[in-house]
Amino acid sequence: MDFNHSDERRMLQDTLHRYLSDNYDASQRANSVGHAQGFSEKIWSDFAKLGVIGALFAEEYGGFGGSGFDIAVVFEELGRFACVEPLMASGVMSGQLLGELGTEEQKSLIGDVIDGKLKIVPALEEPQSRYDLDAVETTAKRVEDGYRLNGTKSVVIGGPSADKLIVSARGADGLQLFLIDVDASGVERYSYPNLDGYHASDIALVNVVVPASACLGASEAVLSALEAARAAGVIALCAEAVGAMEAAKDLTVEYLRVRTQFGRALGKFQALQHRMSTVLIEIEQARSALINVAGHLSAEPFQRDKHVSAAKNLIGRVAQLVCEETIQLHGGIGMTEEYALGHYAKRLMMIDHQLGDVDYHLERFVGAMQRESAREAMS
Amino acid sequence: MDLNYSAEELAFRDEVRSFLNKDLSQTLSEKVRLGKRLSKTDHKEWHATLNKQGWLANNWPVEHGGTGWNAVYRHIFEEELCLAHAPRTIPFGLSMLAPVLLKFGSPAQKDHFLPRILDGTDWWCQGYSEPQAGSDLASLKTRAVRDGDHYVVNGQKTWTTLGQYADWIFCLVRTDQDVKPQEGISFLLIDMKTPGVTVRPITLIDGGQEVNEVFFEDVRVPVANLVGEENKGWTYAKYLLTHERTNIAGVGFSTAALVHLKEICAKQMSGGKPLLENPYFAGRVAQIEIDLMAMATTNLRMIAKAAAGQAPGAESSMLKIKGTEIRQAINDLTRRAIGRYAMPFVSEAMDSGANVQGVGPEYAAAASPGYFNNRKLSIFGGSNEIQRNIISKAILGL
Repeated sequence: MDFNHSDERRMLQDTLHRYLSDNYDASQRANSVGHAQGFSEKIWSDFAKLGVIGALFAEEYGGFGGSGFDIAVVFEELGRFACVEPLMASGVMSGQLLGELGTEEQKSLIGDVIDGKLKIVPALEEPQSRYDLDAVETTAKRVEDGYRLNGTKSVVIGGPSADKLIVSARGADGLQLFLIDVDASGVERYSYPNLDGYHASDIALVNVVVPASACLGASEAVLSALEAARAAGVIALCAEAVGAMEAAKDLTVEYLRVRTQFGRALGKFQALQHRMSTVLIEIEQARSALINVAGHLSAEPFQRDKHVSAAKNLIGRVAQLVCEETIQLHGGIGMTEEYALGHYAKRLMMIDHQLGDVDYHLERFVGAMQRESAREAMS
Repeated sequence: MDLNYSAEELAFRDEVRSFLNKDLSQTLSEKVRLGKRLSKTDHKEWHATLNKQGWLANNWPVEHGGTGWNAVYRHIFEEELCLAHAPRTIPFGLSMLAPVLLKFGSPAQKDHFLPRILDGTDWWCQGYSEPQAGSDLASLKTRAVRDGDHYVVNGQKTWTTLGQYADWIFCLVRTDQDVKPQEGISFLLIDMKTPGVTVRPITLIDGGQEVNEVFFEDVRVPVANLVGEENKGWTYAKYLLTHERTNIAGVGFSTAALVHLKEICAKQMSGGKPLLENPYFAGRVAQIEIDLMAMATTNLRMIAKAAAGQAPGAESSMLKIKGTEIRQAINDLTRRAIGRYAMPFVSEAMDSGANVQGVGPEYAAAASPGYFNNRKLSIFGGSNEIQRNIISKAILGL
């Protein structure tokens, strides 16, 4: 048992922390948020140079990390600085899918992703699919030498800056994934900012013809690869949330110390102290849930997904508590766009809308619990 | 990062399991599983079993008959005991008085009292709270006035857990009225058989008599029974509170209680199906299990720190609050899982060894009383509000 990060991982975290402290202030963030594609090219290429993208990939793909805890340390720092660069989409989920299912040729693209030259973004969810990754209505029709794709992908985070997309579609061969260029004929992107400053796209696929070589892996492997990618994505989101919670907590504790009313610091009022203590305790719980899920990324799928749902549910609940309490403890100032707290609060709430919310994961966890209980009853 | 126990720790866990398999009687574990009230004999037998194995004083150093285990080993041990539905050990002598004696007691006190805790000669209880001194413990009024080689003690203690069985009581008493409240307190060991000591059990809302009032009327206590220096008792009491307490989160208790709850859910029917298939109820159980999974890791993080020699300090306040909230939530669901049979109250059916049948399923009798009994968790040991005060000051710096 050891709850300390390895030296390499600590160094990675320190490096990224220092870099963001020096380079990702409010005006830089505003630039990224205000950029038409929702990211800064300078920041992105610096991430590549610092090895931040490489840390998300295993050595066999040219990276030097890729474990749950590598993902966790990177995204905790991104969360702490309310960074909106779409690294989760490009670096974590697509990386997982390419690594698991890609042909040699497709895998060879990972080198360019690590170097920051290429962004491959997963476009999986659809207007009606809510959070299910297998509720896919996009069709893949077999044509000579390839497939014709038709359908709509919705709220694809990182979509505006993507060079390539991994889209899911259903055809005669079942559920399949395809790697397509964003400028392929028939790909229509409608891009927009999200409330939290990330940018996303709704993407229509209208008779998009792709060669057979664009297909990732065999269809029977797709769903399990999608769940593995979701697991990695959830670790990134949970870590980002924990970083954002820590930052929101620090801002609030500081504010309680300096803001005076009725002749004394807000932090001297017991009603506020107790609420802040609860926030602190719950953030520790969130961190533990993150450790649990990060430590189970490569566990067998049943155990892994149980931790995925446990973490996403718990962190979703804690995120809402932190969001609402830190705004309330600040008072009006916490609601101004100029002040950083709101950026964290908004991100914390929007994370719940990615890859399954509190209720979605509670339901999945219930399913796992019931299967376990049935198994025990049989044994 | 490594979330797994080492090979040695796993081997130790197996050793604990096989000991429990062999030496924990099923009669006793059934009483615990069903939430019955244990008798003095039940407790003493279990202490004797652990002592024979050499595992009773799991937080004492080896030279005094303890195990010398680190925090991780203690955690494994306590968790396995909980999961096997072993009785909890009575903490007053073992983990409250003994650390104080080891640190501040005289050689004579150590030599006399410590072995008697181990062999079961002395059952200790704790004399801290008073009717007018609860959370504000330093305002205690029980007085000890020096008279030759004795102190003469007058006053009243309350909430004295299992004091009706105790041979001795360790007390905080006021020895100086004219200084700041914290500076006039002494730590005194009192033989319960001394003339002038009266014990009166308090019946609680669960029907049990777990706590007592203890009255002192001109009780003469030899000066040799003063621990450490006169008027330094507050320091010793605080030492107790900051002394590493690995089990404060009660993760083992909660884990065992959750297993019990799920067993009940598999038997209770709702709409023709086991209750665990009811989505609303299953959701409530799932949320608690999720909280407990995180809590177990929060607990291990603190234990790892303690094992590495860092004092946990105010972090134990976090464990206490969250741990007791989870335990209470499980008690709440257990009561609810049972439905209408959570209402009948046959108090005698919960007494150890009583030949009285409860009403409904065997697991029903203790569910509602257990729910009410464990309201104590957020009140005792420094109420959860006091713990929040500590967190505000010591961690948040407010």
